[in-house]
Amino acid sequence: MDLFSVIFYVFAVITLGAAGIVVFSRNIVHSAFALLFAFFGVAGIYVLLMADFLAVAQLMIYVGGILVLLIFGVMLTQRQIAVDIKTGSVQVIPALIIVSALAGTLIGMFWVTTWRSSGIQPVEPTASKIGEMLLTTYLLPFEVASVVLLVALIGAAMIARREKQT
Amino acid sequence: MNHFLILSALLFSLGVYAILSRRNAIMVLMGIELILNAANINFIAFSRYSTGTLDGQIVAIFVIILAAAEVAIALAIVLNIYQTFNTVNVDEINQLKD
Repeated sequence: MDLFSVIFYVFAVITLGAAGIVVFSRNIVHSAFALLFAFFGVAGIYVLLMADFLAVAQLMIYVGGILVLLIFGVMLTQRQIAVDIKTGSVQVIPALIIVSALAGTLIGMFWVTTWRSSGIQPVEPTASKIGEMLLTTYLLPFEVASVVLLVALIGAAMIARREKQT
Repeated sequence: MNHFLILSALLFSLGVYAILSRRNAIMVLMGIELILNAANINFIAFSRYSTGTLDGQIVAIFVIILAAAEVAIALAIVLNIYQTFNTVNVDEINQLKD
């Protein structure tokens, strides 16, 4: 087992363990903080896959933005007594059955299929290439994404600040 | 490459479990985030091992952008629901208007 596999398994265990805590913990604050480690683990996986720009973007957007937003949501929607911060699960058995069937199918398919492989490419920094592609091949999706972000932010502000009518 | 795909399959399944079984709307959002991360791992793994180009990473960037937008909107809606119904339990929210 070489160094690559060791690092991969470390990050995989971090990611899956944290995701397990996110999903199974009864305390929603614990879930939110476990999500932090899950995102860190995924960023490590990105680094392992030589996606350096995406790993940094993952850290900045997910950990710096989305997670903070989620924790704000947790804090703002819990009852003030702070006793009712627990959150329950429903339909555990059917959900477990469906999810294990899904996971079994996916893993079986991933394991059996022989994917087309082009061999390992040489490692090089991706940021400049990604920037070039965003402004040439993917210019239209890039502009559309910026408009979507603008609309989403204005819409979120509108929805959240709407005055209560009567 | 199979190992990356299996990791993403497990992450995806955990996300689906969160969506199916948790009652708190914010937990459902966290499940969605896990699923989007699983999809991103797939995109980048294929971009690295199968195509050899960076297209998968571009798609992953757009996924991250849309995840940010989605979380902002969803949290605004959840806050509004909390003000209206005084709960974020997705089983009790069954009215579109009052």
